[in-house]
Amino acid sequence: MDIAPEDQLHDLIAAARRAGADAAEAHTGRSIQTKVAVRLGKLETVQREEPEGWSLRVWVGARSASLASIDFSDRTKRDALVERALTMARLAPEDPHSGLAPADLVRSISVEDEAPLQLFDPTEPRAANLEEIARTVEAAALAVKGVTNSYGGEATSSHSHQWRLTSDGFVGCSRRSWFSLSTSAIAGENGVMEVDGYGRGAPWREDLPAAEQIGAEAGRRAVDRLGARKLATTRAPVIFERRLSMAILRPYLSAINGGSVARGSSFLKHRLGERVFAPGIRVMDDPTLVRGLASRLVNSEGLPAKPWVLVDDGVLTGWITDVASARQLGLTPNGLGVTNLTMEPGADNLETLMAQAGTGLLVTNLFGPSLNPQTGDWSAGASGVWFEKGGPAYPVNEITVAGCLPDFYARLIPGSDLVIEASTNAPSLLIDAVSIAGA
Amino acid sequence: MSAAPNLLSAISLLEQRGVDARRVHARLADALAGADDGEIYAERTETEWLQFDDGRLKDADRSATEGFGLRVVAGEVVGYAHAARIDEAAINRAAASAAQARAGYHGVAAEPPRRTNAQLYPDVDPNADPAFADKISLLQAIDAYARDLDPSVVQVSASLTSEYKIVEIVRGDGAAIHDVRPLVRLSIQVTSEKDGRRDTGLVGAGGRASFGEWIAPEAWRAQVDEALRIARVRLKARPCPAGEMDVVIGPGWNGVLLHEAVGHGLEGDFNRKGSSAFSGRIGQRVAAPGVTVFDDGSIHQRRGSLTVDDEGTPTERSILIEDGILVSYMHDRLSARLMGAAPKGNGRRQSFAHMPMPRMTNTGMLGGDVERQEMIASTKRGLYCASLGGGQVDITSGKFVFECTEAYLIEDGKITVPVKGATLIGNGPSALTRATMIGNDFSFDPGIGNCGKNSQTVPVGVGQPSLKLAGLTVGGTELG
Repeated sequence: MDIAPEDQLHDLIAAARRAGADAAEAHTGRSIQTKVAVRLGKLETVQREEPEGWSLRVWVGARSASLASIDFSDRTKRDALVERALTMARLAPEDPHSGLAPADLVRSISVEDEAPLQLFDPTEPRAANLEEIARTVEAAALAVKGVTNSYGGEATSSHSHQWRLTSDGFVGCSRRSWFSLSTSAIAGENGVMEVDGYGRGAPWREDLPAAEQIGAEAGRRAVDRLGARKLATTRAPVIFERRLSMAILRPYLSAINGGSVARGSSFLKHRLGERVFAPGIRVMDDPTLVRGLASRLVNSEGLPAKPWVLVDDGVLTGWITDVASARQLGLTPNGLGVTNLTMEPGADNLETLMAQAGTGLLVTNLFGPSLNPQTGDWSAGASGVWFEKGGPAYPVNEITVAGCLPDFYARLIPGSDLVIEASTNAPSLLIDAVSIAGA
Repeated sequence: MSAAPNLLSAISLLEQRGVDARRVHARLADALAGADDGEIYAERTETEWLQFDDGRLKDADRSATEGFGLRVVAGEVVGYAHAARIDEAAINRAAASAAQARAGYHGVAAEPPRRTNAQLYPDVDPNADPAFADKISLLQAIDAYARDLDPSVVQVSASLTSEYKIVEIVRGDGAAIHDVRPLVRLSIQVTSEKDGRRDTGLVGAGGRASFGEWIAPEAWRAQVDEALRIARVRLKARPCPAGEMDVVIGPGWNGVLLHEAVGHGLEGDFNRKGSSAFSGRIGQRVAAPGVTVFDDGSIHQRRGSLTVDDEGTPTERSILIEDGILVSYMHDRLSARLMGAAPKGNGRRQSFAHMPMPRMTNTGMLGGDVERQEMIASTKRGLYCASLGGGQVDITSGKFVFECTEAYLIEDGKITVPVKGATLIGNGPSALTRATMIGNDFSFDPGIGNCGKNSQTVPVGVGQPSLKLAGLTVGGTELG
């Protein structure tokens, strides 16, 4: 007989309590995923997956340990595992900060509670459908003049369910769907090739752009990289194009993580309440968007998710804490996090930003970034388009860009070209002086 | 070699789960009828991870996962289905899904992998030793020693990871191949503070055996000393000048340069599709004379080693570049069959939940005869890179990029000041043609490498002698 996951978690927590745990949380998830890849018009791979996972965390006083195992679903093995978790916890040294979120702050949620957010599309396309769309997206890329080869097109569909219970009575049931479509195209030949790609994902299949559109964009990006030259080493204005501008902002999100701040390893740890960006810069997060790519009712610790402003008029407003880091920093856990995040657009479009800067580099690809989280020193391999007299001149590659992020943040000017494509989005960002290493 | 044999690993995983062997073999043979290749890959992995950070034990986690993947290969098409439980119903569903790959295809089953009696690592469960309580004491001792070492130490992080993996591969003819793989790693990070600035040093070590030698007090104390040394050098470092210069790269872990600059570009899947900058270049010069690059999964107890790969092929040393000439790619069974080559143990997968593909094992360059000191003395103005961090490569354009975690300027043939923020960028097919000097000091990395490709991570080893590369672009924040 198949026992409902929620009941199995309930039994697991009860077993942990009986064995001596003062508090416990248990989690299970399962999903069905289908992925189809085609290459040069022919089926390449078809995959079907049924992942499943179980985990248990127990506290004995201020000591804790966790176990993850497939065997929790087997009742005869479960008690031995629970015993092992308790043994580990009793041996662990005390951690005064770790624990469940306060019971009066969490909110239990059900699949019905989530329904208004519309995060589950029950459509389950067959592998043959996915194969057809994958073929279409690849064909559109191959049709772009200059595209000579393909990594292939891929279409995926997944449906997942998650359950989380705690010994305080929190019950969280959640389900999600996800559909994605992508392709990578190769341009050039005779020993000089470039690759680029484009892809989109969404909880609702109908919200994905047309396959032809995605494929054409991938092909265009690959062809635009051809004919690239190296640059002489220089210092110049750099615009990070909107497709990768989040790469500059993601380290900001790590630096305001409560855990990093608490252990002293963030380059922004002393900047709470200070102006880190220029006046007028605003970054918001909103978990309540209907069909939002990362929307949620509660965070992973059961705290209600709310919209908030991370950067207000350039000012760093707060840390992203979990229960443990909030306690360590003397703060109340607030459930704020990164879900559907946006940097508000500025006044000028990309062409105007280039005209303003006059001469400089438009970065369209970054790879191999390195960051020193203590200092904010950052660099990455790059390629893009050198612009002169306000307009594109020629493509460049095999260069690096480098600088110190607090300095970038203070100077950056967002363009007006914000587009919502991923869960985190920012417009193109102009920074007036960046070190570029080349020949 | 092992102490007492581990009885659990001697019994088939499928049998342990009550799966009827004859019925499963019949079902698999059915799914593979007319296909070129395929198998059931069953796996059980037990892992233990303890993380001590900011003066306390932040994570103590034990995990056990198991499952299987069923693969059907027909021509260039692969059908794959996997599940996180091993039972007949799941196997039957998987066989039905994966067999879609061979719709309308008629092939002949490929040669099975050859058998081996090699054993590259002991059949020990590294999770069991040291005992949980002793692991905690060890981490506490490391933390205390590091904080006591110097008043500038403001933060310490130490972790112990151990893994025990049982692999069982069942082929269409009913043959079964087993492997039992231990893997351990100790990792230590020390943060030092001076004049209000902080920086870190990260070290680690491990391999395919029990913790043993890597957690002896002399060993871990030397690691902590080294982590602090690196942190203090980085605190003194000045911003690196940017521009093209000669670079001398130290031995060992810096072999990650080869892994990115040429390794990925020589993987068989990219080359059979013509998407690598090295495609179609077998027989051509891709490196300077004297440069010989190998991949070898058959080295005892190294992190990147495997007795058999994840398709059941025994590992061996393969020469990829010989005296500067490209001679071979690395293959899984699929790319080997399609390119008319022999697979040598490079078919790897992260877990049962992933399809295998060509991956590296332990990749390195053979040593030459030049002293490192000579390389530095011969450099008028350049960079000495003692340690690289991580790197990344675009195998189609051939461009690779690295950060240097510990680097110094070379001025008039002498190492002068430490520099920070040095990034190397180059082009794989040409960077090694400018290897002007090859050192006599080959070593492997201490057992800390992870390689990511197509969202799959596998443990790897790298190694090289000191190397001088002429005219590499060095990124930095200073100009001139």
